[in-house]
Amino acid sequence: MSISISGLTKRFGQTDVLRGIDLGVEKGELVALLGPSGSGKTTLLKIIAGLEWPDAGQLLVDGADWLQLAAQDRRIGFVFQHYALFPHMSVRDNLAFGLAVRPRNERPGKAVITAKVDELLHFLQIAHLADRYPTQLSGGQRQRVALGRALAIEPNVLLLDEPFGALDAAIRRDLRRWLRGVHEATGSTTIFVTHDQEEAFELADRVVVMGEGKIEQIGHADAIHDHPATPFVARFMGATVELPVTLLAGRAEGAGLDLAALPRRALGDGPARLFTRPEDIVALPDPKAPWRIVTRTSNGANLRLVLRHPDLGEAEVDTPRRATAADALVVDAPVRLRIAFGTIFPDGRKAATATTAQPASISIQEARQ
Amino acid sequence: MSTATFDPPIRAKRVLPGFTLSLGTTLLYLTLIVLIPVAALILKGAEIGPDRFWRIISSPRAVAAFQITLTAAAIATVFNAVYGLLMAWVLVRYDFPGKRLLDALMDVPFALPTAVAGLSLTALFSANGWFGTVLHPAGIPVVYTIWGIAMAMAFTSVPFVVRTVQPVLEDMDPALEQAAVTLGARPWAIFSRVVFPAILPAWLAGCTTAFARSLGEFGAIVFIAGNLPFKTEIAALLAYIRLEEFDYNGAAAIALVLLGFALILLLVSNLLQFWASRYHEVSR
Repeated sequence: MSISISGLTKRFGQTDVLRGIDLGVEKGELVALLGPSGSGKTTLLKIIAGLEWPDAGQLLVDGADWLQLAAQDRRIGFVFQHYALFPHMSVRDNLAFGLAVRPRNERPGKAVITAKVDELLHFLQIAHLADRYPTQLSGGQRQRVALGRALAIEPNVLLLDEPFGALDAAIRRDLRRWLRGVHEATGSTTIFVTHDQEEAFELADRVVVMGEGKIEQIGHADAIHDHPATPFVARFMGATVELPVTLLAGRAEGAGLDLAALPRRALGDGPARLFTRPEDIVALPDPKAPWRIVTRTSNGANLRLVLRHPDLGEAEVDTPRRATAADALVVDAPVRLRIAFGTIFPDGRKAATATTAQPASISIQEARQ
Repeated sequence: MSTATFDPPIRAKRVLPGFTLSLGTTLLYLTLIVLIPVAALILKGAEIGPDRFWRIISSPRAVAAFQITLTAAAIATVFNAVYGLLMAWVLVRYDFPGKRLLDALMDVPFALPTAVAGLSLTALFSANGWFGTVLHPAGIPVVYTIWGIAMAMAFTSVPFVVRTVQPVLEDMDPALEQAAVTLGARPWAIFSRVVFPAILPAWLAGCTTAFARSLGEFGAIVFIAGNLPFKTEIAALLAYIRLEEFDYNGAAAIALVLLGFALILLLVSNLLQFWASRYHEVSR
């Protein structure tokens, strides 16, 4: 089923959770909603499911207006982060639930339900767990059962809310591959919510990056990584070093920065902001440069340098320890920074004069949770 | 090298202080207030001898009293089971003005002296009381009947049901019901297949405790029951009457039977709570 969302808004009290969402999902597509907590991605998923209702906007599924349909009538498969398995029912009964609660005239016979459940148990490779109760299962097993319960009703759309969020790394990787296999076998239109970039990029056909109630960018891993559409995406994708620069005829310049490697941009003259990653910065010893090395730590393969500029604050640099110039990178050494890769966004705010008007504005944050 | 170095034995130190003192105090208190009186009652009963004991408790008046007590308690418990569940549901599931007040009012039967409850119920339901003027002409006498007894019992024991169901309902993960909705379950199916099984053990345990409380209710009932032997005389009152007559053995025998009921119900309630925890995680 194809999903078409337009102009969706939602407020909780004083907070705008969704501020105008437009999104189309093709039949059979596997789409990830990626964003930090509070970006509205779960709310969007719940609106599609019918567990939340928007204040305005449109939600069409194969042309039908789903905002006129109760959740019960949408036939969606919803998988919860904490599984939400019915604790007093065995795995078998959990899987059968969606079929067993159908109105009498639509309900399949007992034998049909049993056969369907057996088929699912087999397909999901959990046949040996059929008679256990949810508390007797591991997290990964529970999530398999939860997905099986959702698939049992042959859903129009499969929605997963942080499906692997509560599991440890090894099981996550396993389940990710397994989910991809299930998706390919069933061909159902699938949307899942995650804050884990690796998970989103590895699993999804298309990734929708959300921030503060808006869609920031839609695309594939490479495009989002190399060409972030907004500063938000840049930061979220690990470009944690922000440097103030000045644009002159499409070229960026900055204090103690070597920006020759950056391509010319079709941007107007004026103050701008450069987003780059620690590994895309090369520190070069230069006695006249304003940056100083503050700390130097090694993890064996790489050196992590913390640099300080008298006006701009600190920046982090990752550089191979065995590189020829690395020996000169000692604490207190003056260095200049060659930026190998980065994205420039013109300053939205009207910066008064030079870049030094905004001291200590380089923020180093961990975008990955 | 000498091996004669002497290490003092390692004694694990408790992290929380005062274990011995606090446990000792509670045990002493429990012994004084609960165990000794119960033991005394049992000893008193044993003194009577099995033959006389059986004669006392199987006398027509005593049997009638037990029957009335059990029947009225059963009626009260059925009423509380339904009404208490509804009350807990309303208090947990809906937000409305005055909810906190209503929640607080739920404890009134605990706090109110039972005699006061009995007096006011009698005043309301007597032939010329507010409710009585309507019910009496309609041929539904409440005062001096088993219905009056059941009502007094229900009034004093309903918080047991509400207060056991309420926390379980509050702790229920809303995702369970959301999951049921997405799977196509209608409201009734959600309640009967998802919500009710989750609160069933607590609800049963609450009903059992309410039943036990009803069996022992005295103060609220004596005013409204009329206390006619064979008709509206409850077991606790009969024990009291025997005591008034200086028939200590008779009183003790009846009290022992009531104690037996209470202990059985307490056991049932605990078994239910144990059953309720069977799906719970071992560690959280």
